[in-house]
Amino acid sequence: MSAPPVGAVGREHPRLEGRDKVTGAARYAVEYPVDDVTYGWAVPAMATRGRITRIDAAPALAVPGVLAVLHHGNAPRLTPGVDQTLFLLQEPTVHYRGEFVAVVVADTIEAAREGARLVRIDYDAEPHSTVLTEHHPDLYRPDTVNPGYPPDTADGDFDAGYAAAEVRVDATYRTPAYHNNPMEPHATTAHWRDGRLLAHDSTQGSTPVQATLAQLFGLPPEAVRVIAEHVGGGFGSKGAPKAPVVLAALAARHVDRPVRLALTRQQLFGPIGYRTPTIQRVRLGADADGRIEAVCHDAISQTSTVHEFAEQTAVYTRSMYAGRHRRTTHRLVRLDVPTPFWMRAPGECPGAYALESALDELATACGVDPVELRVRNDVTVDPDSGQPFSSRNLVACLREGARRFGWADRDPTPGARHDGRWLIGTGVAGSSYPARARAAAAAATAAPDGTFEVRINATDIGTGARTALWQVAADALAVPADRVTIRVGDSDLPAAGVAGGSMGTASWSWAVIRACEQLRQRLRDGVVPAEGLTVEVSTADEIRGQRPLARYAYGAHFAQVRVDADTGEVRLDRMLGMFAAGRVVNPTTARSQLIGGMTMGLSMALHEEGLLDERYGDWVNHDLATYHVSVCADVERIEAYWLPEEDPELNPAGVKGIGEIGIVGSAAAVANAVHHATGVRVRDLPIRLDKLLEHLPAR
Amino acid sequence: MRSGRESGKPAEDGRSSPVALTVNGVRHDLTLDNRATLLDALRERLALIGSKKGCDHGQCGSCTVLLDGRRVKSCLILAVTLDGRAVVTVEGLAGPEDLSPLQAAFVARDAFQCGYCTPGQLCSARGMLDEVARDWPSAVTEDLTAPVELTDAEVRERMSGNLCRCAAYPNIVAAIRDAAAAR
Repeated sequence: MSAPPVGAVGREHPRLEGRDKVTGAARYAVEYPVDDVTYGWAVPAMATRGRITRIDAAPALAVPGVLAVLHHGNAPRLTPGVDQTLFLLQEPTVHYRGEFVAVVVADTIEAAREGARLVRIDYDAEPHSTVLTEHHPDLYRPDTVNPGYPPDTADGDFDAGYAAAEVRVDATYRTPAYHNNPMEPHATTAHWRDGRLLAHDSTQGSTPVQATLAQLFGLPPEAVRVIAEHVGGGFGSKGAPKAPVVLAALAARHVDRPVRLALTRQQLFGPIGYRTPTIQRVRLGADADGRIEAVCHDAISQTSTVHEFAEQTAVYTRSMYAGRHRRTTHRLVRLDVPTPFWMRAPGECPGAYALESALDELATACGVDPVELRVRNDVTVDPDSGQPFSSRNLVACLREGARRFGWADRDPTPGARHDGRWLIGTGVAGSSYPARARAAAAAATAAPDGTFEVRINATDIGTGARTALWQVAADALAVPADRVTIRVGDSDLPAAGVAGGSMGTASWSWAVIRACEQLRQRLRDGVVPAEGLTVEVSTADEIRGQRPLARYAYGAHFAQVRVDADTGEVRLDRMLGMFAAGRVVNPTTARSQLIGGMTMGLSMALHEEGLLDERYGDWVNHDLATYHVSVCADVERIEAYWLPEEDPELNPAGVKGIGEIGIVGSAAAVANAVHHATGVRVRDLPIRLDKLLEHLPAR
Repeated sequence: MRSGRESGKPAEDGRSSPVALTVNGVRHDLTLDNRATLLDALRERLALIGSKKGCDHGQCGSCTVLLDGRRVKSCLILAVTLDGRAVVTVEGLAGPEDLSPLQAAFVARDAFQCGYCTPGQLCSARGMLDEVARDWPSAVTEDLTAPVELTDAEVRERMSGNLCRCAAYPNIVAAIRDAAAAR
């Protein structure tokens, strides 16, 4: 019997574009050579709410090199109907401070920047409301929460179950605004030629950008091409078309020359979205052994007056742990602020921080080990839908993670462990994220020389998607990977959805595999003709035909912190994540994704905080010096592992997606470790030293 | 060192100046807008797009290049002040044959995801290793007079001016250690 062929899937491989990225050859959105290029600079509104009464462009136009100042009075007209946040430079209304109200176009970047500073705009300002509180008079229940869940759910009788419980936890957790801050600011190069629009855009998916531009500019989709070959991160904030691509296209049409337009770092704190602040009340009722009888999660968040975005904060609680009596609610308030949007695991990330913190409080109240408490509250059927799970290895993650971390010897007493001036503590949290897929198309071509090209408009924002799809394609074609070329990141390729919702690889590999399978089938019937042989497929029917099952990836986070007993400074000694996420296509890039998500959770727990000035309705710390994200010195030891998991109910590649599960629960693990180290429970992130200091025991 | 011609003096329009700048070993005689940063001059005038603009305020490190061998943030330097100076960007790091050990280690260790901070990380790492070789202490150096030992903690501290939102930090540290060991 011959050995099975060695497949590409499951093997370590450096990312295909690695060489281009370390030599500076990889081109991002505003880095393509373009003849006769001009530069656009966006001008933000300085009023929080009101109307523009006058725009004086003359001082800007007087700057040598400035070609035009676009605003609502002179910009090309757009067709409304898509996301209203993209209906830019069309009306004098100002919905929030920082909304883009003008664009300066110039021959040089220096002139554009100076011109933008000189545009004079007068406003009729109106009173504004920009601060989220649980008592805001305008709180309302949205019709759905992202991406389409019901806002409220109830099962059993929570109030009665909670009242009857032996042990009760009632805690309110708060998270501030978080800003995605991908390293590459949102940016676009736009040019018009013969009525056609070509945009190089920094986006997580150029197929939706193409569709949106076509709608806004009244064009057939085939008259718009959007390229996103390399994208400098997104973390959700580039998951839908954003202002720069619209502004650049407007400006390029206006001056009839190509325009490069990149947002400044300061402009990323608002107009392109952010994670809403949340106020979350979690109530848990349990028996003395920690078995949950009743659970309620009430979540409050904000949206804007322009467009509704409702973060699904409490959805995590619907399916994660046991409890006969359950209730979740979402309330929203429309404020005079930018529209919040996706940031890595919208809903699950802040929701898991609250629920997994509350579970830690329950473990303490019951005197049950927090790993064991979660094991006791495992479920075999999704409590929300009543459907069985396609696979659920939460307990295995908890057990194996605990073993690797060395959890067994833990003294549960808070504040019991010292190392000199440092208080040491460890914490755990569960994690889960839906394993979804959406329809995609892909094409595969066989050439007469025995090579293959596979094409799909997937987007590699740094996830390793390009490399993973190449590996998947090689196995599906049953050829050595060096005979396969993969092309992604161009709306001229077969249409596919965005890199988001942890469903990129699941969705795209599905289409790639089907295209490769069909091509192999066709090749069995004969030789490859001189012009090559191409098949193109769509997975729309297959996706619609999926069995109704609860499909989730699971994980468990373990963290060890040390807290300076004199200053309250928190340092992360170690973080370990154990995951069950189906098959892992490329361990090299998968590990990077998981530790990246975990680090963003660390950053959320200890560092990040958008500080809003109520007087102006804008974030004060809108740059990378004052909005702190975790840096190299903050990450001392971080490990990610995964269990082998075969789940035939997912998709042909058997993957669950790993872009988001790394962040879900990780902030809670850190916060729980801080409580274990100090005995202090901080329920409003981030855990700054001033929140700990006054509560630390005297030495 | 000054170039021989009338460098450094404003041009007649009062808004630009001639500058002789050596980039990756190639001399460029340019007339640059007095407001142009080194970063914008590299990217928009010389089409060297490897150096990245992440914040334009010296806060993220994506634009880091080597100026006369030392790491600097190119977004914070006006290009017209650099007459006669030598700049090395990420495009100049590879050897004549292949990738430098540092670049090869970044690929092998997966020390990046989106790759946008990577040119800055690489230039910063190159400059940092030279600083360590000269025994310049950092905030975490215990003995300020002894030779500096390149520990993980030293690398983390010295590389913390280069943000990576994808958080490839442990892989960056490993790659730099690999490259340092190969030196």
